[in-house]
Amino acid sequence: MSTPVVSTHAGHQARSYPSRPEAVYFYGTCLVDMFVPEAGMDAITLLEREGIRVIFPDNQTCCGQPAFTSGFPEEARHVVASQLDLFPGDYPIVVPSGSCGGMIRWHWEKAVGDDAALQARAAAIAARTYEFAEFLLHVVGFNRKDEGPATTVTLHTSCSARREMGTHLVGRELLARLGNVTLAHHDHESECCGFGGTFSLKHPDISTAMVTDKVASLKATGASQLVTADCGCMLNITKRAAKEDLDARRAKPSLPGEHLATFLLRRTGGKPAGDQQ
Amino acid sequence: MSHQPQQQSAGQPIAFVSAQALRARMHDAVNNPHLRQSFRGAMDFLMAKRAAQFPDQDELDSLRSLSEGIRQYSLSKLPELLEQLEANLTRNGVKVHWAETPDEANAIMLGIARQHQAKLIVKGKSMVSEEIEFNHAMEAAGVGALESDMGEYIVQLAGEKPSHIIMPAIHQTKQQIAKLFAEKIPGVDYTDNVDALIRIGRNVLRDKFESADIGLSGVNFAVAETGTLCLVENEGNGRMCTTVPKVHIAITGIEKIVEKLEHVAPLYSILTRSATGQAVSTYFNMISGPRKAGDKDGPEEVHLVLLDNGRSQAYADEQLRKTLQCIRCGACMNHCPVYTRIGGHAYGTTYPGPIGKIVSPHMMGLEQTHLLPTASSLCGACGEVCPVKIPIPELLIRLRGEANSAPHAHPAMVGQGAAYDPKISFVWRMWARLYGRPSTYRAFSWLATRFRALTPRKQSGWTAARTPLQPAPRRLRDMLKDRR
Repeated sequence: MSTPVVSTHAGHQARSYPSRPEAVYFYGTCLVDMFVPEAGMDAITLLEREGIRVIFPDNQTCCGQPAFTSGFPEEARHVVASQLDLFPGDYPIVVPSGSCGGMIRWHWEKAVGDDAALQARAAAIAARTYEFAEFLLHVVGFNRKDEGPATTVTLHTSCSARREMGTHLVGRELLARLGNVTLAHHDHESECCGFGGTFSLKHPDISTAMVTDKVASLKATGASQLVTADCGCMLNITKRAAKEDLDARRAKPSLPGEHLATFLLRRTGGKPAGDQQ
Repeated sequence: MSHQPQQQSAGQPIAFVSAQALRARMHDAVNNPHLRQSFRGAMDFLMAKRAAQFPDQDELDSLRSLSEGIRQYSLSKLPELLEQLEANLTRNGVKVHWAETPDEANAIMLGIARQHQAKLIVKGKSMVSEEIEFNHAMEAAGVGALESDMGEYIVQLAGEKPSHIIMPAIHQTKQQIAKLFAEKIPGVDYTDNVDALIRIGRNVLRDKFESADIGLSGVNFAVAETGTLCLVENEGNGRMCTTVPKVHIAITGIEKIVEKLEHVAPLYSILTRSATGQAVSTYFNMISGPRKAGDKDGPEEVHLVLLDNGRSQAYADEQLRKTLQCIRCGACMNHCPVYTRIGGHAYGTTYPGPIGKIVSPHMMGLEQTHLLPTASSLCGACGEVCPVKIPIPELLIRLRGEANSAPHAHPAMVGQGAAYDPKISFVWRMWARLYGRPSTYRAFSWLATRFRALTPRKQSGWTAARTPLQPAPRRLRDMLKDRR
């Protein structure tokens, strides 16, 4: 497993990947920590099952993205600066989210301000930061036997994964390695789900129009569920679908969704953390 | 200028639009199913046309890098190039005028019109003329200004403004245009046959080219080294406007300049492919001066008006300067999920879509444009397709920051601090304290999960269309501890 794999993407230079490390840092993100912890657990379980030691720095809070993108650079700087000491070893940093991964990889260096020493530290962290699915495919070389029944799923890839991390094909490739899973593509697949962090609160009309269209496209595939590697998009899409179910008095969710890590774990003989409750 | 919040129709001059009024427009647009459907269809068509022109990603990447490089190089030498352009145009017999504001530009052109006792100015497509409200200024002074680009003609006939910078009437269906023509053009019966409609429009315009005293056009590229004005168009009306009337006035923003002729070819190639998905446009005009002795056609007098209107403000800041790289292809709006849902009129600016959000604040100030940069999910589709690699999402974030920050003594732009709200700033400061100190975050997240039942069920904005968010019973860090 030491052959470097090269990924190419429209906007960025091809990224070369390291060989499989002994350990990784896991940066769970504030959204996963507080709202979708089972996705984080399942990602950790998948990594550990492959023999990789997972280090969870206890002082992790948030990547600073909410303030950064809302135009509060000083507040973002303060939070990012508090996160720079979390990764003393030179292990890769794995993030189960394209947007938080994109924030660390492309924006931390700018977000820390004019201090050259801080910039250098942020850049060094950025260089070894990977989106979880990207890491699982290109570094771990995930290839487990699909033990689940035949099913059809649909996949949403976040805009950050697609356009910042360049990992828009990773989800497809991972799903293609599951023998009994068929992937149904939806129309306007590359279009944003309308979340955009504070955008969904500041412009609810436009955000709602976007997520409603996204939900309709995903449902039109007839897939049994949604899979995505980003919890922000997942909450936006599934909570919109749930509202539609509520309004239509449907008892069964019309578009259940889960994180790619949870889906992969269940399909390959593992026990997702959410299933055990 | 009026400072009253007001509902303005699409055809009225751009007056001050409050954030509240802008919100109302966006709300109306997004809830208009007809508008939604027509923009979705049109944008899908344009996206597919562009994609077909760039089958090879590597070629596209290298052409984008080349085009970005040309635009950045040109801007890096902007002051010198403008002087060089003026000298060469003057040598070629073109009269060069400088205008800092829309009013100055209109006054210059009205002066030229008066000098020639002009009654009618026939216009090729020019977004800069829209930016300065040229038609209104001329009409107010008793000079007729007639649009000759088919889309612009339709928009003018309907008393509207363009809803797209390349396809001004894209919001109109052929049935609406048929109705408009039957109502407004004498002797025309209703037909929604597109070819017939175009023929009707052309017949009207053909006569006007001959009777017009002045032709007006925009400029796509001004070449400093040779003093050449390049004009990209599809209908031939641009060539008519610049050759038939005795006087030709071109107007452009100061940023539309390149140093050498060889810089034009890559930009032209990526412009038409990005804009309409055409390998080349039907017409490409290179204007190098008035009619010379022995020439069989061409105007006797050529003028160029170079407009600033906020561009030098963007130019002065290294990051904001990237705004001026734009070659006005419209690909950013074609690919924008927000533009697709609200259309061009909802923005309340001459330039809609992602480029409008980053360029309008320099032209109009942040007081009336600060809401625009927030109306983006930062999905990055605009930046991804931009032929000259303008980092539009990065600039949107910058403009949000300029608007949010407390007003200070040396602002980078007019209207800095326009959205400053001490309460919101306080909330973000508290947020930074919470997430900037791990022990505080741990305490907060412990409480939020343990007392999740207390989470409000009504969450502004979010729960209008979604079920509420609720923290999980246990955090990821708790689950990890339990397991170990």
